[in-house]
Order: sequence, then structure tokens, then C-alpha cells
Amino acid sequence: MTLIEYFSYPFVRYALVVGILIALCSSLLGVTLVLKRLSFIGDGLSHVAFGAIALATVMKVSNDMILVAPITILFAILLMGVGEKRKIKGDAMIAMLSVGSLGLGYLLMNIFNTSSNLGGDVCATLFGSTSILTLTITDVWVCIIMSIIVILMFIFFYNKLFSITFDENFAKATGVQTSAYNMLIATVVAMIIVLAMNLVGSLLISALIIFPALSAMRIFKSFQQVIICSALFSVVCTTIGILISIIGGTPVGSTIVAVDITGFILFSFIGKLLKVAR
Amino acid sequence: MALLSCENIALGYDGDTIVSDLTFEVKSGNYLCIVGENGSGKSTLLKTMLHLIPPISGRIHFGDGVQQNEVGYLPQQTIVQKDFPASVWEVVLSGCVNRLGLRPFYRKEEKKLALKSMERMDIPDLAKHSYRDLSGGQQQRVLLARALCATRKLLILDEPVAGLDPKATLDMYSLIEKLNNEGLTIIMISHDITAATQYASHILHIGNSQPLFFGETKDYLESDIGKLYVHMQGGVS
Repeated sequence: MTLIEYFSYPFVRYALVVGILIALCSSLLGVTLVLKRLSFIGDGLSHVAFGAIALATVMKVSNDMILVAPITILFAILLMGVGEKRKIKGDAMIAMLSVGSLGLGYLLMNIFNTSSNLGGDVCATLFGSTSILTLTITDVWVCIIMSIIVILMFIFFYNKLFSITFDENFAKATGVQTSAYNMLIATVVAMIIVLAMNLVGSLLISALIIFPALSAMRIFKSFQQVIICSALFSVVCTTIGILISIIGGTPVGSTIVAVDITGFILFSFIGKLLKVAR
Repeated sequence: MALLSCENIALGYDGDTIVSDLTFEVKSGNYLCIVGENGSGKSTLLKTMLHLIPPISGRIHFGDGVQQNEVGYLPQQTIVQKDFPASVWEVVLSGCVNRLGLRPFYRKEEKKLALKSMERMDIPDLAKHSYRDLSGGQQQRVLLARALCATRKLLILDEPVAGLDPKATLDMYSLIEKLNNEGLTIIMISHDITAATQYASHILHIGNSQPLFFGETKDYLESDIGKLYVHMQGGVS
């Protein structure tokens, strides 16, 4: 079958649309998170989401998003808020929550075993299931609307976001409501993670957040360029990853991550070359 | 009327008092240096003046038409900034963030202001350079230009010469002096007592959890504490 023929299937088109949108949103926020030394927040929150999914399965909630989204957002705000007060350092807190919810989630699923294929269920949640290829048109619309909200918020708050990321104390001293914006960032990150779990699974979400930002930073020197490059990088890698996985029959999530890694190596190399040339 | 006045304030974190009974005021055009040993509460005082942390007791007033969000702040550099991808222009323009309010983008006036601040700091040709590739002295000029975008009257500087080489240090001091002569009020934390007594009009010396001296520089040099401190540091350097 040629690539064109694949596009005649709606599920292929849906997967691509959703994949590209999620890649775009996560890369936009990724730059801020990486620069604020919060790269691991994506990882931590996705494990929280895993725990929440386990809870939803056990409680037999029909649409697990009703439970998963609020829990993840709550923990995101908790993590960002705690980071400010520094009773337990931010990274330790993230590690604690992340591993805690992973462990408890699996335990819950095991004790209240409702499915005959527990191993398969867990594996699907962790590494991304085939659900990206079984999306309904409703899922696609939900994703489109959420992405538009994220992108609009990003554009609207771009200048404040830069100020907070570069120098939070300066921003606060000149009257920017930094804690409100941190909450906003936390909420949006949590939303993206809940969306992205379908695509790459909870273990691999960090890849979507950090690789585009880190790759763009190898080459570009202004914040704006890094943001734009990071978004393009993410969209291109995700598209290639999804196409390869459909044609080659490889798992979607890990294929995207593999493409991201290749891109990162390529960008690092170009960055080195540019430095020598200068 | 004073630009900034503190009456009997006590400062610290989480209820632990670091300094108490602190009273001083800064008038328009003053150049105040805050000196004292490490851990004496200089930085805490600065953060309290900037409303980053609340005072434990007492009040800090801004007067003379200065709003709390119209303070130009030159912080110490953070690790985050060392490898931050940002152009000089982006950094300087971000000093106008307090003028945005709910507006998402900068207007022409703000861009003009950013350009003017860069001219005052003699760095307009650096605009497109990356902040992380600059020398320490150039980075401080960029951050000072950003602070100038945020204020018309009051600059608060946290150890502006930390980590600079001797020439860049001298440059920085003469830049600050120039701004003071142009009418800006300066409040600066400093380790360097020689420079503090040379440039500042007023000295606030805090140590051992209490204010030890506040007044004009010439009186400080006559006071016992001033003589002792200047002699100690002079002997070292």
C-alpha cells in the first residue's frame, strides 16, 4: 500500500491531526519548562495520570477523563506551588509523587483486577496504546479545541511568560502576578499531559516536552527563534514518527521518541558545526 | 517627602526574625549603600523592599509618586540565565512588562523606551546578540537597561559588581554614578566598603541582627563602626 492509500482511512488522518496538535502544544510549553529546570514535571505528572487512570478503572468510571484531568491538574498546581516554598525541594517532590503514583496505580489495578489482560492494559497505559489509531471524531474535536485554547493562551501571555521564565524575581518585583501565571502554566501542562497520554503513553511524555526544546536550543539564540524552531521540530518529528509506525507497524509512542532522538543528535551536530564556522 | 521609608520594620523568613527595629528613609536623588557582613540580612531587606517577601512587622512606604511596581531592580544573576537563549533586545524589552497590564503585546512607546535604555547603557549594537554569549560586564549592562525600562525614579541593585573583573567593576560604578547624577535614586547592596563610601551619599550598615548605622556617608566615616569597618576591609584589600 502506498502512503496516499493510507490517508484514505479516517483513523490515519485522525491520528495525524491529534498527533501534530499535541506535539505542537507540548513543545511550546516545553521551552519554558526546560528553562525553568522543570523538565521532569512532565514525567512526574504523567505518572500521576497513570495512577488516576488506574483509580478510574477500579471505580469503573465510564469516561476516565472526568477523574484523570482534575487529579492531574491538582497535582500540577501542588508541584508548582511547593516548588516556591521549598520545604521539600522541587525535584525530590516530583520524584516522590511520580514513583508513588506509579506504584499505587499498579497496586490498585492488581488488587481490583477487572480485566483478563492486566499486563496488556498496564503496558498500553505506560507506552501508549493503539488508541491513537482508534480515535473517534469526538476525540479529535476535543483535542482540536483544547489545542486552540493552549495556543491562544500561549500567544496572549507570551511576553509575561518570557519575563517569568527569564527572571521570576524581577517579574514579581515589577508587579507581575507570578504565582497566578505559574498556576496557569501548571494547569496547561497537566491538560497537555492528559491529552498526550493517548499518543505516547505515560512513560514517554517527557520526550515530547524536552526533545524539541533542547534541540532548538542547540542552534538558535533568541527565545522567539527557539520557540518557533521547537514547535516545527516537534511537529515534523511526530509526523514522521506516526507515518513510520503506520507503515512499519512499530509502536507509535516509541517510534516518535526514536525520531525525536535522531533529530536531537542532528541538531546538536549542526550546532557544533555552526560554532566552529563562526 | 521620602521616596521610600521604613519604620521599625522587622524582617525574616517564615517568622524567624533576621533584623529588627530598622528605621530609615531614602529621599529623591539619594544614593544609599547597604553594607554588612554575609548573613546580616542585606538581601532579606532588599527582598522585603521589593515586596518579594512580607515584613514580619512594620511597614514600608513608597512615596513621591513611586508605585511599588515602578521599581527598577537589578538582581543577582541566577543559574537559569547562564544558558538561557534570549537576545539582548528580548531581555531589555522584558523590563517593560509592568506596563503591559492585561495587554498581550508591547506597543511602540515601550519599544522606544527599551531602545533608549540601551542607548543610555551604551549597548544598542548588542541588540541582536545572545545574552548568554556576553561578558559579565555586558550582561550587567543589559540587566541595568532592563531595570531602566521598569522605572523612572528608583533603582534597587543587588551586588551589581559581583563576579566582575576590576575594569568592568569601575565601569559599572561610573554608570551607576551617571544615572544618579541624572536624577535617579539608587539603593545598592554592596560588599565593597571602599566603593560604597566613595560613591554613596548615605550608608546603612546592618549586622548582628540590628541596624548599626544609618546616615550620611561623611558621618559614617567619622563614626566608630564606620572607622572600624573601613579599616578592616581596607586592610584586607
